[in-house]
Formats: sequence, C-alpha cells, structure tokens
Amino acid sequence: MDILITGLLLGGTYALIAMGLNLQYGMARIMNLANGEFLVAGGFAAFWFYTAGQVSPLLTLFIVAPLAFGLNWLIYVVMLRPLVKRAKSHGQLEVDAILTTFGLAFVSVGIMLALFGGDYFSYSYLARPITLIGDTYALNRVTAAVAAVIICGGLWLWLNRNRAGMSIRAIAVDPKSARLVGIDVPKLSALAFALGGAVTAVGGALISTFLTLDASTGVMFTLKALVIVIMGGVGDVRGTIVAALLLGILETFVATLIDPGLTLAAAYLLFVLILLFRPQGLFGRRTT
Amino acid sequence: MTTGATVLSLRGATKRFGGLVAVNDMDFDVTEHEVLGLIGPNGSGKSTTLNLISGALRPTEGTISLRGTPISHLSAADIARRGIARTFQLVRLLPSMTVLENVRAGAVFGHRRRWGAEADAHALRMLALVGLDRRANAHVGELTYIDTKRVELARVLASEPKVLLLDEWLAGLNPTELEEGIALIKRLRDEGRTIILVEHVMDAIRSLCDRCVVMSTGTKIAEGTPEQVLSDPEVIRAYLGDDDA
Amino acid sequence: MTKRDWQSITLSAVLLAVAACLPLTGDAYMLSIGITIAMYAVLATSWALFSGPTHYISMATAAFFGLGTYTTAIGIENGLNYWVTLPIAAVLGAVLAVLVGLATLRLSGVYFVIFTLGLAELVRQVVTWGQNVSGQKGLYVLTDITEVHIYWQLLVLAAIVYLTGWAIGRSRLGFALRIIGDDEEVARHSGINTSRAKILLFMVSGATAAVVGSVLAPRYIYIEPALAFTPMLSFLVVIMALLGGTGRLWGPLVGVIPFTLLWEAISASFPNQTTLLLGLSFLVIVYLLPRGFVGLIESGKRKLREREAFA
Repeated sequence: MDILITGLLLGGTYALIAMGLNLQYGMARIMNLANGEFLVAGGFAAFWFYTAGQVSPLLTLFIVAPLAFGLNWLIYVVMLRPLVKRAKSHGQLEVDAILTTFGLAFVSVGIMLALFGGDYFSYSYLARPITLIGDTYALNRVTAAVAAVIICGGLWLWLNRNRAGMSIRAIAVDPKSARLVGIDVPKLSALAFALGGAVTAVGGALISTFLTLDASTGVMFTLKALVIVIMGGVGDVRGTIVAALLLGILETFVATLIDPGLTLAAAYLLFVLILLFRPQGLFGRRTT
Repeated sequence: MTTGATVLSLRGATKRFGGLVAVNDMDFDVTEHEVLGLIGPNGSGKSTTLNLISGALRPTEGTISLRGTPISHLSAADIARRGIARTFQLVRLLPSMTVLENVRAGAVFGHRRRWGAEADAHALRMLALVGLDRRANAHVGELTYIDTKRVELARVLASEPKVLLLDEWLAGLNPTELEEGIALIKRLRDEGRTIILVEHVMDAIRSLCDRCVVMSTGTKIAEGTPEQVLSDPEVIRAYLGDDDA
Repeated sequence: MTKRDWQSITLSAVLLAVAACLPLTGDAYMLSIGITIAMYAVLATSWALFSGPTHYISMATAAFFGLGTYTTAIGIENGLNYWVTLPIAAVLGAVLAVLVGLATLRLSGVYFVIFTLGLAELVRQVVTWGQNVSGQKGLYVLTDITEVHIYWQLLVLAAIVYLTGWAIGRSRLGFALRIIGDDEEVARHSGINTSRAKILLFMVSGATAAVVGSVLAPRYIYIEPALAFTPMLSFLVVIMALLGGTGRLWGPLVGVIPFTLLWEAISASFPNQTTLLLGLSFLVIVYLLPRGFVGLIESGKRKLREREAFA
C-alpha cells in the first residue's frame, strides 16, 4: 500500500514535468529534447538559492518560473520559429525540431558543466518523515507532490477557462482551423512553449528537494516525460496526469520489489506496450 | 448503358469519425468499362468514399469487394497491388525525383511488377499518353499545375489499374486546360478503362459519365444516368446554394 | 554497368588499397586514429543507408554496437572462436532491428527517434542488472587480435557496406525507400509494403553496427556495460552522417574524417567542452548544412552550371 502512495507522490511530481513537455510538444508542436535540461537548471537554481541564502525552494519557484518562461520564449522566437516557417512538411519540422533541441540540450549541459562542474548536487530540505494514513513518508516528497497538484490544477483551469488557454488547446487540435477562427497561432505557440519551459523548470526545482541531480541527468527526465506524454495522449491534459501517476506507481513498484536500476526498463516496457496496442495514448484520438 | 461484369461493389459502407458519420451506408456497383460519376455538394463524403475504396481509410462498417472478393480489410498497398489506383485531391508527386522516375514508381510496384529498362519504356509510353513524353527528365518542381496532374495520372496509369479513381482531377483548371483534361479522360474511357470520377464540373459529368451516384451528407440520394440525376428534384435541392447547379 | 560505375569502383578500390597501407607506417597514434575513422565510416554509412532515404533518425547505433561487443565477449568467454561470433552478432543485430522496427516503424518518425534514443540506455540497464544478478562485473576479452587486424577488418567491412549500399541503391528496395522518404502515402498507394521495406533496411543497418561492435571488442580487453553502450556513440554517428550528407553513398565519409579530427583535437585541448561541441554541431547541421557537405557541393556545382549557361 505504501508503494502505491509513494508511487502516487512521485507520479504527481512527474505530472508537472510532463505537463511542460505536453505544452511544448502537444500544443506548440515542438518536440523539445532539451526539456530535461531545463528541469535540471530549475533544480540547480533551487539548490543554489537554498545553499547560498537558505531560501526555500517553494519560494525559488517564483524566480525560476518567469526566468524559464522568458528564456524559452526567446528560444522559440529566435531558434524554432524559423524552422516552423521553412519546413515544407510536418515530418521535416519534427526532424529539424528534434535535432535543434537535441543540440540545445547538449549546449545547455556543456554550459552547466562549465558553470557548476560535473558533480551531483543535492540538499536536505524538509527531509523529515511525516505520517499519513498510518505510514511514514518523506515530507519533501509530499510537499513536492502537493505543490505539483496545485500547479497542475491551476494549469488545467487556465487551459479550460481562460481564453488564451483555450486558444492554445485549439492549436493542439488543429493549427490550420485555429488560424481560421482568428487565433494568432505563432504568438500563442510561443506562449505555450514558454509556459511549458516554465512549468518544467518549476518541476525541476520541486524534484530537486528529494532527488539527486547532476548536469547529465536531464536526458533521463526528457525520456520519462516523453513516455508519459505519449502514453497519455499528446496534447491531452488528463491523459498526461493519469499516465504520470501510472508511471510513478510502476517505477516505485519496480524499484522497491525488483531492482532500482531497472526503472527505465519499466518505463520502456510500458512505452512499447502502448505503441503496440494503443499508439494514440490513453486519451488521444486515433489519427486517420 | 453498359452491360458487363461488376468490378467493384459497396455494401453498407460506413465511415465514422467519432460522432461524425462521413459516409453512411453506401451501396452501389461499378460495372466493367463504365465511367461512374460520384457527385454531390461539398462535404457530402465523396472523397471519403474514395478513401475507403483505395484503402487510405478503413470502413467502420460494411464491405467493399473487388470482383466478388472483399478488400475492405486490406491495406492500401495490398489494394493497389490488386489493381485499384487513384489520384489525390491535392496532387502528390515525389519532390526529389524527375517526371520519369515519378511515373516509374507506379510501374514498379503494381500488380505487373516491371523493372529496369522495361519499366522505363513503359513509363515513357504512359507519359506519351498524357502528352508529357518530351519532359521526361524535368524535375517536378518545374512543372505547371496541369502538368503535375498529368504526371500523377501517368503514374497511376503505369500500374495498369483495373479500376481508376480520380479525385477531383479536373479541379483548378482554366477553360483551355479543362478541355484538354476532359479530352484526356475521354480517351481513357474509349480505351475501355473502368473509372470512378469524383467531380464538381458539370460539363465533365455530362460528357464523360455513363452513370452517376449522388451523395449528400454521407448518404446516397440518387443513382442513374447524368440526365436522370441532374433533373432529380432531390438532387437539385441538395445542390441549392451551390454555384454549379 | 556504365562507365561511371567502373570509375567509381576503381576509385574506391584504389582508396581502399591506400588506406590499407596505413599500418605499414608503424605509427601507433596514426593507426589509432585510423581505426576510429574507419569505425565511424562504417557506422555512419550503414546508418545513412536507412536513415538517409526514410528520414527516420535512428539513435540506436550504440545499442547495436554494444550488443555486438557483448556477443563477442560472451562468445569468447564460452570458448567460441572469435570469427564465429561475428555472424552471430550480425544475426542478433538483425533480430533486435526487427523487434524495434515492428514496434515503432509503423508509426511516425518521432516515436522512432524517441524509442531509439533510450534504447542503448535501456539495454545497458538490463545488462548491468543481469551482471549484478549473476555476480560478474565485467568480461575479459583475451585474443590474439591486434590493432592492425582490427583496422583491416574494418576496411573489409567498409567495402562490404559500400557494395551493399551501391546494390541497394540500384534495386527495387532502394527505389521503394526513396519513394517512402518523399511521400509515404504515395508509396503505400503504389503498392509498396512500407513497413517491410523500412524494417529490411533497418536490419542491414543494425546488423552492421553489431558486427562493428564485435570487431572492436578485442580492443577494449575488459568490457563493462558503460563502456560498450555509450549513447555518445549514437550521437556522434548521427552528426557525422548528417554533416557529410546522406544524399550520396560517400557523403557520411566526408563528414566522418573532418569531424573525427576535430573531436580528437577538442578532446585533447578542452576535454570538458566536448559536450558543447556536440550540441553546436547539431545546431550547425540544422541551420547551416541541412543537406550536409554533399548538399553544399551539389548546389555549388549547380551554380557553376548555371553561370556557364549564361556565359
């Protein structure tokens, strides 16, 4: 039972990270392989603020989010929009986006290595146990999960009630039709991409409270986020959350009962099964 | 009126996209050597029906049979190899290849698998049929709109199809090109090919089609000769508001 | 066979013969670089055979390579002759390719890229777990094979890959792949079984990468999962092939040689900045060299022809 709860806690935080990628791939339609690196950067920021000034990561979120937003906006407008314009087909754009963001990922890692060195970093924040429903859990995991839930809930509300949010969902469904009903697709795509980056960085700050990160762990998180997004159905918010929780539970299950070194294998197995039997994801629409 | 064996038949063919029924319980037969017009106002499901026949989409319900053998469950590649070939509403050519290579693509993988010099000779013959044999080595990026349509038609003909599906092949042509286009299809008809024509151009329907099937919002509303269907009050009502009526 | 074909074959044979003489210089450093270049030449060219026409960017090279390395290591440890392990590795590589292909090639290119991206890491995790369970940390590969032997084997492999690529290019399969790369819907409607064509080529690519891994196994002497399955290998292969250009058979080679030298230079002087170089290379490819050096050369030739036409 406590595996279930721990898994849910982990999954809750994963949901936030995957949400970021969902905004970027599902809505801005850019497969951002540098996603994980922004997560790590967010974690670095939280680490730095905490060790330097004892600032709680929960407060650092408010610094990390706008910074990441601005940076991702710049990246979209300067680097990615030219690709969107020059791509002759959707497939070509996807390949270009993958290669570019991949390059960006390595450049980011290179910069982070130069600035912070290659060591692992972790810090102890709220590493106390608390008792919930009869079992003990780490307070930092619980806090992170609660924060993730709040932010995800806010995002969901925004995407479903706010005009800009709904416009972004429209773009996810069909960019051409969205343009026809007067939605400014280029500007909103940039907004979605920037927002996705901010969300991921925030997720990174949260996850750094209970996981050890270093400059090279970004790829792992990108992969997991990708698996979650595809599993839940690209562009679908509920799907991402459900898939994230599932992955969190599965990973905790495998790590506790089989071997902690096989977590990626578990995620992959899930990925392959989805690809074989339901490639559009749990909530996605089958593309004809 | 053409008499002959039934080449293609649809029974209860239905296609649903979530809640939208694009094609609803379509029933019709296509006889060998005839030109069948599939007409109707925009959005009536004509192209979707063609997609069901060519295998680009799988029917949600119903069967499509080629000479009595069901093909509706097969992939587009299998259906193509059994002799059904189509053009696309938005012309699809292979951008990295020359005109000849594009046509050769149709000759190599069809049910008559040619290769090498034989395939090239065959492709050249097809280009001559559509009037482009002198531009065999041109790159497809250099062609005019009607020439791209001609190349696509040549590619389709190169596979020696038993049934030819033309998806609004005459759309977007100026009057001179339209005359040439209709003449080309007339020549194909005179050669005895079986053709299903999805069209909006009424002159073409009247002069080319032996029979017509009229669709409106996914359902068949009329069937008969062009004269019969185009004077049918149901059909006129379906087209009301449409410029062509 | 046209006159141009004979010219190409003769040129290739001469180049191979010249390359084969490298060990005769006796310079160990040159030989080491030569092995690296030969290895990447084979990997990049076989990678381009599949990923070039289809535009499916495979990041799985490291997985196949590691598979080959481990096949040879385990084989030798269990008494098999080294030469026997090579075809076994090829078969295993083909099998892995089929499995990956069946799972991902029916879908769009993005899923393929993602899946292959993590594949090497996945196999590494599984192998590490297997070793933990069995109690063995690494494997020793003790053979009589010298670096010179490895170099010559790689050259032979290169010749085979080039011959295979040339044959495929003139075959139905090659034509089918070009059509698939241009417009998959048209390919399907022309009667091409697109999944099968893609999987077949992927098998060739995967089997080759596995054999390269086998050939390189004696060089390491002690094999560990982290050593055999380095994702970096996949990325370098992709960069070199795209840098050179996949439009021609000799394209990847044109990317391999300068990049390997650049990589060696940066690794020696600024070892911490290799990641940065990797990232910048990807960006250069996308923004400056979308068709690689081959593309540059071709458009250069075309401009010359146009200028002559006016002159």
